[in-house]
Amino acid sequence: MRILLDKFSKSFGSTKIIEDMDLEVGSGEMLALLGPSGCGKSTTLFAVCGIHRPTSGRILFGTRDVTDLPSQERNVGVVFQSYALYPHMTVEENIGFPLMVRRTASADIKKQVADIADLVHIGDLLGRRPAQLSGGQQQRVALARALIRRPDVLLLDEPLANLDAKLRLEMRSEIRRLQKETGITAILVTHDQVEAMSMCDRIAIMKSGEIVQIATPSEMYKDPRTSFVASFLGNPPISFLKGRAQQGAFVLGENGLRLPIAALSGIPDGTALSLGVRPEHFGTAGGIPVEGKVVFAETQGRENLYDVVLPDGSVLRSIQPVRDDVKPGDSVRWNLDSASTFVFAEDGRRL
Amino acid sequence: MAEKPQISSGMASANFSSLPVILLLGLFSLPLLVMYAYLFIDTISDTEVGSLIPSEFTLRHWSFLWETKTGKPNIWLVTLNTFIFASCITGVVLTVSSMAGYVLSRLNVPARGFFLAGVMVLHAFPSVTLIIAIFIVLQWIGLYNSLIGVILVKAAVELPLGIWLMKGFYDTVPWEIEMAGTVDGASRFTVWRRLVLPQIRPAVMALGLFSFLTGWSEFIMPQVLAPGAKVQVLSVYLASLIIDDNNFDFGTFKAVGVFYVVPVLILYVFFQKHLMNIYGGGSKG
Repeated sequence: MRILLDKFSKSFGSTKIIEDMDLEVGSGEMLALLGPSGCGKSTTLFAVCGIHRPTSGRILFGTRDVTDLPSQERNVGVVFQSYALYPHMTVEENIGFPLMVRRTASADIKKQVADIADLVHIGDLLGRRPAQLSGGQQQRVALARALIRRPDVLLLDEPLANLDAKLRLEMRSEIRRLQKETGITAILVTHDQVEAMSMCDRIAIMKSGEIVQIATPSEMYKDPRTSFVASFLGNPPISFLKGRAQQGAFVLGENGLRLPIAALSGIPDGTALSLGVRPEHFGTAGGIPVEGKVVFAETQGRENLYDVVLPDGSVLRSIQPVRDDVKPGDSVRWNLDSASTFVFAEDGRRL
Repeated sequence: MAEKPQISSGMASANFSSLPVILLLGLFSLPLLVMYAYLFIDTISDTEVGSLIPSEFTLRHWSFLWETKTGKPNIWLVTLNTFIFASCITGVVLTVSSMAGYVLSRLNVPARGFFLAGVMVLHAFPSVTLIIAIFIVLQWIGLYNSLIGVILVKAAVELPLGIWLMKGFYDTVPWEIEMAGTVDGASRFTVWRRLVLPQIRPAVMALGLFSFLTGWSEFIMPQVLAPGAKVQVLSVYLASLIIDDNNFDFGTFKAVGVFYVVPVLILYVFFQKHLMNIYGGGSKG
């Protein structure tokens, strides 16, 4: 079911969290709300599930206006960061609770709980209590409870934040599998760009209560609208060089590096700029040689990560296939792929 | 030097002798022990005046159990009254404070701050100072010398503490549990009853026990507000024995005292076990 936020605003007392936000999530789509903490992504999520009432604006599920409906009547499933399982109930009672509240016959509840428990692979844990489960199992119980009454919308609030690295990988694909199998419309709130990129159809990146850009993960990675978006996506992160425009080129420092960049034609000379270079665009392909000194090297198994300090003090990151010939302290002369860089104005706008 | 320290099973720390400590503590506790021992011994024996050694065994001090003394109410009626008194107080305190505590902890009610402050002030307020006013009010509305009247008054006096305690325990229950409950479709009342209340069960048990014991031992309110023979409670009965100069009987007084304290002891033994087992809840983040 489609979700539409129309001029949605939320403030707590005099603190405005979100102002006039428009957002549409297509039916069956999984959308990530990505942003740093305090950007209003959880507030948006809680408004969609009815825990927070919007200060103004409308929220629509399909064509149904749910703005003034209490959460009990919205038919949403929510997975909380802490899972919020009911500690005094067994797994079976936890999952069956939404049905029990609706006074479903107990034989029916039992059957549906068994079905959904099989779907999330916890069929053999039904008699346990939440405290007797591992983090990943608790997560599955929370998912089952959110999905059991076939909600119109599934909301996930940082669902993987409390899991260890290996489980996080497993649950990432697991949640995506469940979402696709059930065809449910889902919103994922996260501050982890890897989660957002790997799990979702589209990403809405948020900053201080505003959506900066909405796009598919690959579009957003290739074509960030602001330096904030560029810095948020990608691991290891993008590095920025501060410089000026000069005759259609980016110039670093006084007599430093000169990078001809097509996007810069027509920009007045001397304009302060910032150049974003992703680590995979420095040190491998590209036509412009850049000299610097390696100050940090880290191996990630398949690839190596290097921090290179340029003569003017700015730092470029490089990621390359594993090689043994470069150590911290070495001077290097690596190529930079200027065509793949992003140029941003001083206020962060992409040029 | 290479010897490993021997740790005998069951002994937590054996690097000093515990005997002197036990002796010292025993010495300090001895007066109490002697008093308790004589409290019991005196109820089943007669002793010559001036002697410490009992001279003969007798059950006549316990005769209040099977024969009602002239001018005194029947002991079983009094015991029943005490039980009703303490149980009703427990019931009222638990019902009202578990709900009021939730409201003060969670709901955005008007004048919440005022109520919170009010509960604090009332908790610290010495209720004995109100007893004359309460006496007049009860007489006015016709509840003087009735169990209901004194139950209501005592429960009301106990409520501020109960509400404050419950509020504190509700504050520790994670909000997410309630959020999860409401999005699961439960009404706020169901959320409270089925999801939140079970989280603070240990606190409810403790408050219940506490209320019952204060009710059981309460003296001044029943004495002033319900002294009549039909509604007497054990504490008032006990006091009437010692006030009665004509039939002075220390043995019976002590026997009634023992009789009065036995249910409390039983309750402690029973609930101590229970208190250990009720920490099954709690939320794992």
